[in-house]
Amino acid sequence: MNSDLWFSLRLSLQVALSATVLIVLFGVAAGYLLARKNFRGKELIDILFTLPLVLPPTVTGYYLIILFGRNGWIGKVLYAWTGWSLMFTWYAAVLASFVVALPLMIRTTRAAIESIDPHLIQASFTLGHSEMETVWRVILPLAHRGLMAGGVLSFARALGEFGATLMIAGNIPGKTNTLPLTIYTLAGSGEWSQAQIAVILLTLASAFFLYWANRTTRKVF
Amino acid sequence: MGLSLNLFKKVDGFTLEVEWAIEEEMAVLFGFSGAGKSMTLQMIAGLMTPERGRIILGDEVLFDGHTGINLSPQDRSIGYVFQDLALFPHMTVWGNIAYGLRGPSKKDAAVKVAEMIEIFHLEGLEKKRPAAISGGQQQRVALARALIRQPKLLLLDEPFSALDNPLRLEMHQYLSGIARKYRLPVVLVTHDLHEAYRLGDQIIIYADGRVVQAGPPSQVRNNDLILKAKTFYNGIL
Repeated sequence: MNSDLWFSLRLSLQVALSATVLIVLFGVAAGYLLARKNFRGKELIDILFTLPLVLPPTVTGYYLIILFGRNGWIGKVLYAWTGWSLMFTWYAAVLASFVVALPLMIRTTRAAIESIDPHLIQASFTLGHSEMETVWRVILPLAHRGLMAGGVLSFARALGEFGATLMIAGNIPGKTNTLPLTIYTLAGSGEWSQAQIAVILLTLASAFFLYWANRTTRKVF
Repeated sequence: MGLSLNLFKKVDGFTLEVEWAIEEEMAVLFGFSGAGKSMTLQMIAGLMTPERGRIILGDEVLFDGHTGINLSPQDRSIGYVFQDLALFPHMTVWGNIAYGLRGPSKKDAAVKVAEMIEIFHLEGLEKKRPAAISGGQQQRVALARALIRQPKLLLLDEPFSALDNPLRLEMHQYLSGIARKYRLPVVLVTHDLHEAYRLGDQIIIYADGRVVQAGPPSQVRNNDLILKAKTFYNGIL
C-alpha cells in the first residue's frame, strides 16, 4: 500500500467522521421534531431531507453547487464576508457526505422515537419533568439503539460517498481525493493492484459497519 | 380540597360533555369502553386540552376555557397511573420511583424513595428492572412513583384490568389504604362493576361521552347501564 493510498484512507476517515458528528447532532434534532411535533410543511421537510437518499448523488452535488458554489446563494455571501470558498476543499467533501448520509440518521431516529410508547413520555410529564428533561432521561435512552444504528449507517454511507463529493470537492490528489475517488483514478489509469487494495478495504469496512448496525438494532429491552 | 370539572370536546365524531365534582374521596368512573372515561383523565392531567370548560382542583384552577388558563401537566401536581403502567423499562425499580421526585438533594430523595419502597413492600427489588418483577409488583411501583411527590390528586386508568382476581383484591386493599393515608381525591376508571362498587365512594356512570348518573353506590343501583352490566356479570352483586 503506497503513501497516496494511505493519504486517501486517512482523508476518507476524517471526512466520514466529521460528517457523522454533524449528522448525529442535526439528525437527532430533526428526527425528534418530525417524530413528536406537528407543524405545517412537516411532510415536505421530511421529503426534502430524504431526497438525497434516492436522487443520483450527482444531482445532489448539482444542488450543492447552486447553494455553495462561489456564485451560489449561500456561497456568494460566504465569499463576500470571508473571501473563502468551500468548493474543492475537504470541507466540501464533508458537506457532500453530510447531505447524502443525513437521511439515514433522520429516518432511523424518527422511527426509533415514534416506536416509544407515548404513555412513557406522558408519564414523565405528569411526574413533573419538562420536555427537555424527558428527552434526556426517557426518549434518548429508549431510542439509543436506533440512534446508534443510524450513526453507524450514516458513517458507512459517508465513507462510501463518491458522486456529490466529486461534484463539489473535486478529485484533487493530496487534497480531496477520498478513497472512493482514488479507486476511480487508479482503475482509470490501469493500476489494478493498488485499486484492489482500496476496494477490499472499503468492502470490509462497510460490511463490518452493517454488521455492527444490525447487532445494535436487534438487542432490545 | 375536592375536584370539580366541566368539559366539552369533539374528536372524530365523538363528543364528550361532562360535569361532576367530588370531595377527598374515591370516585369511580364506570362505563363501557369508548364512553370517554380515559379522555376525562387525560384532560384532568393536562395531556389533552378540552375545547371548553373548567377544571378546579382544591383552590387552584387547572383549566379555564374562558380565561385561557391551562396549566401544563408538569404544573398540575397530579399522580397518574396508566393502564399499561408506563414504567420506564430502562430504569430500575428504585430509578422509576425516584424519577417521581424533582429538585430535592440526592440524600433527601434517597430517604423518600426508601420510604415508598417500604410502604409498597418492594424491599429487595430496588435494583431490578420492571420487566424482571411480577405484575402485582409493577402495579405497586407505578403507585409508588405516582405518589412520591405527594400529588393533590391521583388518577388511575384501569390499572388493575390485567391482574387476576386474588391480586386485584390485594391491590384494592392497597388503594383503599392509600386513599385514607394520603387524604386526597382519587379518580379510578374501570369497566369492572364489581370493582366500582367495592372501591367507589362515588360512582359516576359514563355513556357515550355523557354522565348518565352519579352518586354513592347505594343510589346508583337501578341505572339501566348497571342493570345491563349486572346481567353481563351474571349477578355478581
